[in-house]
Amino acid sequence: MTETLTEPRPLSFEEALQKYDPVLGFEVHVELNTATKMFSSAPNAFGDEPNTNVNEVCLGLPGTLPVVNGKAVESAIKLGLALNCSIAEYCRFARKQYFYPDTPKNWQTSQYDEPIAFDGYVDVELDDGEIFRVEIERAHMEEDAGKLTHAGTSGRIQGADYSLVDYNRSGVPLIEIVTKPITGAGERAPQIARAYVSAVRDIVKALDISDARMERGNVRCDANVSLMPKGASAFGTRSETKNVNSMRAVEHAVHFEIRRHAGILEAGGSIVQETRHWQETSRTTTSGRPKSDADDYRYFPEPDLVPVTTTAEWIEALRAELPEPPAERRRRLREAWAYSDAEFRDVVAAGLLDQIEETVESGASAAAARKWWMGEISRLANARETEPAALGVEPATIVELNGLIDEGRINDKIARQVLEHHLDGEGGPAEIVQKRGLEVVSDGGALTAAVEKAMAENPDVVEKVAAGKLKAIGALIGPVMKETRGQADAGKVREIVLQKLGIQG
Amino acid sequence: MSEISRADVEHLAKLAHISMTDAELEKMTSELGVIVDSVQKVQEAAGEDVPATSHPLPLTNVFREDRVGHVFTAAESLSNAPDAVESRFKVPAILDEE
Repeated sequence: MTETLTEPRPLSFEEALQKYDPVLGFEVHVELNTATKMFSSAPNAFGDEPNTNVNEVCLGLPGTLPVVNGKAVESAIKLGLALNCSIAEYCRFARKQYFYPDTPKNWQTSQYDEPIAFDGYVDVELDDGEIFRVEIERAHMEEDAGKLTHAGTSGRIQGADYSLVDYNRSGVPLIEIVTKPITGAGERAPQIARAYVSAVRDIVKALDISDARMERGNVRCDANVSLMPKGASAFGTRSETKNVNSMRAVEHAVHFEIRRHAGILEAGGSIVQETRHWQETSRTTTSGRPKSDADDYRYFPEPDLVPVTTTAEWIEALRAELPEPPAERRRRLREAWAYSDAEFRDVVAAGLLDQIEETVESGASAAAARKWWMGEISRLANARETEPAALGVEPATIVELNGLIDEGRINDKIARQVLEHHLDGEGGPAEIVQKRGLEVVSDGGALTAAVEKAMAENPDVVEKVAAGKLKAIGALIGPVMKETRGQADAGKVREIVLQKLGIQG
Repeated sequence: MSEISRADVEHLAKLAHISMTDAELEKMTSELGVIVDSVQKVQEAAGEDVPATSHPLPLTNVFREDRVGHVFTAAESLSNAPDAVESRFKVPAILDEE
């Protein structure tokens, strides 16, 4: 461990940026959502009993032969194209050898000097709308490792008595995306870090090649940071903060590493090239293991697999399947829906673009779609401890529900109840309204009776209204609602009251 | 003569986690040298126009359909494990983290 008590205090972010230019680099690992693993037909699934999604290939048993998952190769090519990369005409897999129990073979099957995709870029949008271009060095195919749990008193590696290994994740298809060094980021470095990871996540989600859930490790980021004195052109020594697995954490990790590096350099020290571990609670990093560019993994071409070659026809067929790039789609929708910047940002952050788009396409207004998804549906999701998108509300249901309001058959309050009954499995909105008899009471008889009762019970309010204080009618609406179990049409109540008092509305 | 030095062999032994005695290192240095020299003879036959190969068969794009096949039960997976706890392989604590 290289951590010492004498490590200098981090500089303030502002001071660090006055003296140094940060250089960033990212390695993002994306787990593919194929049905099976990269090199075997064992299922690629999350959350199952340990060591039940494995076969002889995942366990690295002697004499087994890997076979490449064709769909994973197509996913890699699609991602390469979406990252504006060139696609290799010929490439091979390679063995990356290291000893650690997360890989039972003692090597990870990866790609080395022949990645499937290389030389691309991603344009990422910053908070102020400005576009920053991040250049991509390469994207290569590899396999994930098993999951280790360190047992013992601390639950961490240090002080663990033994480790337990679950190989369910072993062999899950991964694509590792490596950026070129990112210079010129300046004070926007943390923001660029977040925007880049966010853009990559959006792209793999739009391509539907990954579940893209960061909290499950579907998208994982290693953040490299180094500093060079202002105006210099030679890069400083870098640190690599491993597995920063949320957008916020990536932003904070870059912010902290810039400050930490600057503190050490200002004190006349030098940066240790090492891996760092992100500590969410303190928003700092701690020392991992020293790392050198000369780490010797003894890469060599995987003799059990044959090369992958691509043709222009194949690549163009895959290019034709690419969806609209997420950034372009957002610009188009923001314009079409006429939301404010803040409203649109909230929708994106809530992950409800797809739902709102479908709701609008099914016939609701953009405003109504936003009102439902960002309002009541989000509230119900929160109450049921899930994501709005995972609640199981279909856009068509919202269109139907909203239609009932527009037709004056139910009011907003009843509509919210209907939605709740719908989630409890009582059927479609119209069906629920009919079964439960929730239709707004606006016809003469019942409503007039309820209004008369409310007026009789609240003579003081009636007096005020009669004296011209029309706002006081509000105090009558409550009792009427109570009488009609919330099904009264408030506009109608007002009309009846005014009519009874002989006042022009 | 090959360029395999004793230091190369020591480095390889370390990477491969194999402990070797002085005598074994000596022996392996000369033996590995002979092997490398023999393999180098191939280069005499292959001109610059012959690309390096990693596979003896002239095949490319051997792909599998993305369809789930057989899996092991946890008991089967662990049947060769020296030790297991809660359906997982039990291994000694290792500090180095990759």
